[in-house]
Amino acid sequence: MMKKIKSPADLTKLQEAAKQRFDPEKPCIAFCTGTGCLAYGTQKLVDTLKDEIVKRNLGDRVYIRNTGCHGFCERGPMAVIYPQKIFYQKIKLEDVPDVIEKTVLKGEVIDRLLYKDPVTKTKIVKEDEVPFYKKQMRLVFGMNGLIEPTSIEDYLAIGGYGALAKALHQMQPQQVVDEVIAAKLRGRGGGGFPTGWKWDATRKAQGEPKYIICNADEGDPGAYMDRSLLEGNPHSVLEGMVIGAYAIGSTHGYIYVRNEYPLAVKNITLAIEKARELGLLGDNIMGTDFSFDLLINRGGGAFVCGESSALFASIEGRSGEPRAKYVHATDRGLYNKPTTLNNVETWANVPLIINNGSAWYAGIGTEKSKGTKIFSLVGKINNTGLVEVPMGITLREIIYEIGGGIPKGRKFKAVQTGGPSGGCIPEEHLDMPVDFDALTDLGSMMGSGGMIVMDERNCMVDVAKYFLSFLEGESCGKCTPCREGVLQMRKILDRICEGKGAMEDLDTLEWMGQAIADGSLCALGGSAPNPVLTTLRYFRDEYEAHIKDKRCPAGVCKALITYSIDPETCTGCHVCARICPTQAATGEKKELHTINQELCIKCGACYESCKFDAVKVS
Amino acid sequence: MKKVAEIIQKYNSNKGFLVPILQDVQKEFNYLPREALNAVSTILDLPLSRIYELATFYKAFSLTPRGRHQLSLCMGTACHVRGASLLQESIERGLNIKAGETSDDLEFTFETVNCLGACALGPILVVDEEYQGQVTLSKTNKILKTLGKKVATDDEED
Repeated sequence: MMKKIKSPADLTKLQEAAKQRFDPEKPCIAFCTGTGCLAYGTQKLVDTLKDEIVKRNLGDRVYIRNTGCHGFCERGPMAVIYPQKIFYQKIKLEDVPDVIEKTVLKGEVIDRLLYKDPVTKTKIVKEDEVPFYKKQMRLVFGMNGLIEPTSIEDYLAIGGYGALAKALHQMQPQQVVDEVIAAKLRGRGGGGFPTGWKWDATRKAQGEPKYIICNADEGDPGAYMDRSLLEGNPHSVLEGMVIGAYAIGSTHGYIYVRNEYPLAVKNITLAIEKARELGLLGDNIMGTDFSFDLLINRGGGAFVCGESSALFASIEGRSGEPRAKYVHATDRGLYNKPTTLNNVETWANVPLIINNGSAWYAGIGTEKSKGTKIFSLVGKINNTGLVEVPMGITLREIIYEIGGGIPKGRKFKAVQTGGPSGGCIPEEHLDMPVDFDALTDLGSMMGSGGMIVMDERNCMVDVAKYFLSFLEGESCGKCTPCREGVLQMRKILDRICEGKGAMEDLDTLEWMGQAIADGSLCALGGSAPNPVLTTLRYFRDEYEAHIKDKRCPAGVCKALITYSIDPETCTGCHVCARICPTQAATGEKKELHTINQELCIKCGACYESCKFDAVKVS
Repeated sequence: MKKVAEIIQKYNSNKGFLVPILQDVQKEFNYLPREALNAVSTILDLPLSRIYELATFYKAFSLTPRGRHQLSLCMGTACHVRGASLLQESIERGLNIKAGETSDDLEFTFETVNCLGACALGPILVVDEEYQGQVTLSKTNKILKTLGKKVATDDEED
């Protein structure tokens, strides 16, 4: 067991020792072992490689590092080989011997494992030269690919807990608060409230104990940056929290994390234990008279618990229903005590601000949104993954330069930001700089940073209906506008998708949306109509096509489409007939096949399985 | 109900940890049996209605036994735009149960989940805790077939 850190000098000593072991010149294969890559089967790959290394007695020649998520999820399983920083992607089990023979032993680059730039068609050797990474600014997320999240030594080797030492030993609590205010850090979880103001209010509030909470109940579908931070660099979140606790005068903290994120729970639990061992959590942190400790609370799978007052209720062991907020959480939050609740990514920004100063931090981004933001770029996009970019970058840069555009040469239709509370942004606004206020002006929001790209095959009415169904299921049911209003709006959308809509439905949707926004208690209900309102604003023609022409232009809404087989292209391969669950698709082998419309349930199986694109949707 | 007592002990009988306690109970029994909830109520001195409130509010809890095979289909936005709802219907047809249900023979439980955060692999189907990525209609049918269900696939031998 390591000795407790009692002073900044103790910390420096440990950091130096850790740096010695963390030699960047020593050959090392850093595998991405985030949840995404593990789902690709990376664990088996790592195990095989390790076995092979032991067998060949190469243990002292190369080190295998299991890091957190690197971000480029599209290309997993992936690894970076140090010291050359060679980037290998889509690695398969059968590549393992070559990786050892050629790259580890001879320093050769294996051409087939390199990333090929789809635009220039050239192969790229180094990780930082891949276009996906090149335009990013990975201040918060960059260390993920470098360190082993289960090792506190790795975090110390990159200067970890230095910001905490600085705060505890060189700054008064109010100075820390002022620094965060001056940095203009805003909450990364959704609302974008100034973090420093929240800290200041909690600090000045009456009542003991004061609580701080890390909101890791990342519920927005399509967003997973918080999970990846907790999995890949848990100590950066912890360090931010301890600094925050010192600034606010808090002795107790909680991390509220989704139970659906087992690896994040595991890594943050281990990080807490290690930090306690070293005296970075617990009594008399780093030899000062400041004491702070925290507990983990796993969520029960309710989207609404990401809302602050619902989250408090859940930690208190009750069902997660929000309450009215005429009294701020900073005055009366968890157990009616002053509470600061910040999101994972917000906490992870804190050590950066303390280390580099507020002036440096405020130099990044736009006038009112500072620093970087991690987005999860998903959906119909070539380079799916997590991207960290400075505030103020345009949507076009994110989607086309980092994301590599839309697959299969299809046309971009919209990008959805802000999760179920956000909205869909069309092509004409792609050149707008991304920050909190600009997204709000467009009727959407930053949210936690989900960015779902949609192409011409996505129906915007269907997408709006999807979000409403989601919210209908997740509404806690406490207040009527959200519980009943969302249900009624969804029913109207159902009707429109079935071709039974009327033009006045669109007006009803608009005023109902407004009524729900005005009448709901919490932000979840208040923002629930956004997906409908923004699609009505930017894609009204699609709604009208469903209503007036009984047509779904994207070919999605079942009641309005039919599948048929094009006689010119059908080869009679019989695949559609084999897969059709209702025997609607029939035909003799090598002859033209047809679909019996009366039997067809529009399951899409023939459409998906036809290798000759002979099945048409109309 | 020794097990339940042990679980509660782990949380120092702290009523604030009722949700994690129920999670652990569910992990132990695969669902929340009535006797276990009675035991939680007695040990923590809480009315059964309070526990029932939580057990029905949070999605993670099930008051009925779950199947031997558990299939969870991700319905996050990224999976949705890549066609997850067609997959849902196809699985429901193949297993002859709706999402959220368990088959009568207790062989299968099928549920949908809101985003597993592995969007690059979407659509995702988790079969007995194993992730199946970029799932298609024909792939789900093949998966159901390996689990012993009779469904149409595009294989030659059918």
